[in-house]
Amino acid sequence: MAFNLYYYAAPATFYGLAGRLIPWFAWGAAVLAVIGLYIGFFVAPTDFQQGEAYRVIFIHVPAAWMGMFIYLVMAFWSAIGLAFKTRLSFMMARALAPTGALFTFISLWTGALWGKPMWGAWWVWDARLTSTLILLFLYIGIMALWAAIDDRNRGDKAGALLTLIGAVNVPIIYFSVQWWNTLHQGASIKPSGTSMDEIMLTGMLIMAFAAWFYAIAAALTRVRTLILERERHTDWVKRILEP
Amino acid sequence: MKPRHKKLLAIALSVAGLGVAVALILNAFQNNLVFFFSPSQVMRGEAPIDRTFRIGGMVEEGSVKREADGLTVRFVVTDTAHTMPVVYKGVLPDLFKEGKGVVAEGRLGPDGLFTATQVLAKHDENYMPPEAAHAIEQAQKAQQTVVRP
Repeated sequence: MAFNLYYYAAPATFYGLAGRLIPWFAWGAAVLAVIGLYIGFFVAPTDFQQGEAYRVIFIHVPAAWMGMFIYLVMAFWSAIGLAFKTRLSFMMARALAPTGALFTFISLWTGALWGKPMWGAWWVWDARLTSTLILLFLYIGIMALWAAIDDRNRGDKAGALLTLIGAVNVPIIYFSVQWWNTLHQGASIKPSGTSMDEIMLTGMLIMAFAAWFYAIAAALTRVRTLILERERHTDWVKRILEP
Repeated sequence: MKPRHKKLLAIALSVAGLGVAVALILNAFQNNLVFFFSPSQVMRGEAPIDRTFRIGGMVEEGSVKREADGLTVRFVVTDTAHTMPVVYKGVLPDLFKEGKGVVAEGRLGPDGLFTATQVLAKHDENYMPPEAAHAIEQAQKAQQTVVRP
């Protein structure tokens, strides 16, 4: 296993592996999204208090989960990159950031669309919403920092450092609804059990997997571009790019 | 220990240290991070009653009264221990209902009446079809009648 890991940690071999994996994840994401949205909009029952408007959760919740989870994965790669100086780790972190920012934005946006009719406000400064907004700003800030530093290696390290510092925010988002009085409701899915109808939950979980698959496909596509860009002076890239 | 493992440990410890620092800061700011105060907290004088703040709780059953102008609404917010009367002029959100969660922003008058400028509905994390909700309600009622005699 360790041998394999080091083998695939080399950008040249990972480039090929990623290329083979992308279609599987991309098609998986498309199929799961179709199934998930069908269950969400046609099979799942109407909610007893929110009516049809609750159906936003099929997009809102997976997007919010992915926004937080991708950040943790980025922080993981940043820590590995800083400790082991592995080239691929920093590229993975850079490849994940735009997708994470996209999901965080989607969760804030769908939340606002839903908040107006349900709560009576597009936006409130409660702990959950504010900490999620900070997450979006962290993503944007990290990407801006990478873009602002011309020296690639220094940029990698600076971005990784900011990513690690910002990682503190993720548990704050997750537990904000428990720690403080917030307008946002508590978690429906807890270790002690789920306070959600089974079909609703199924639809939401399928959408969550669709979001996972999409995120993996998007990140791998981006990391392939980064590998080509950074390794363009090596023989193997020249060999690939030759007509 | 190899140097790279030392570095990884240093990174892990720094992140943990930062986490503790942020936890302490958030703990110190506990009161400012609260989105609303319950009627009991207001009674205990924990709310900033000299300026605008939010109260939250349940809309007491049977307390919602609309005035003749059709816009002004009076209701009572309760946290089961204490209650607070609220008056609000404006459009209520869809989820505003007796027995459900509510958050109102406004000022507390000297007469103990809370004049709200905004009313938000707070709902819970339960998602189920109406039939299931009805069944649970029936079961709870049945249980109460069993317990009472």
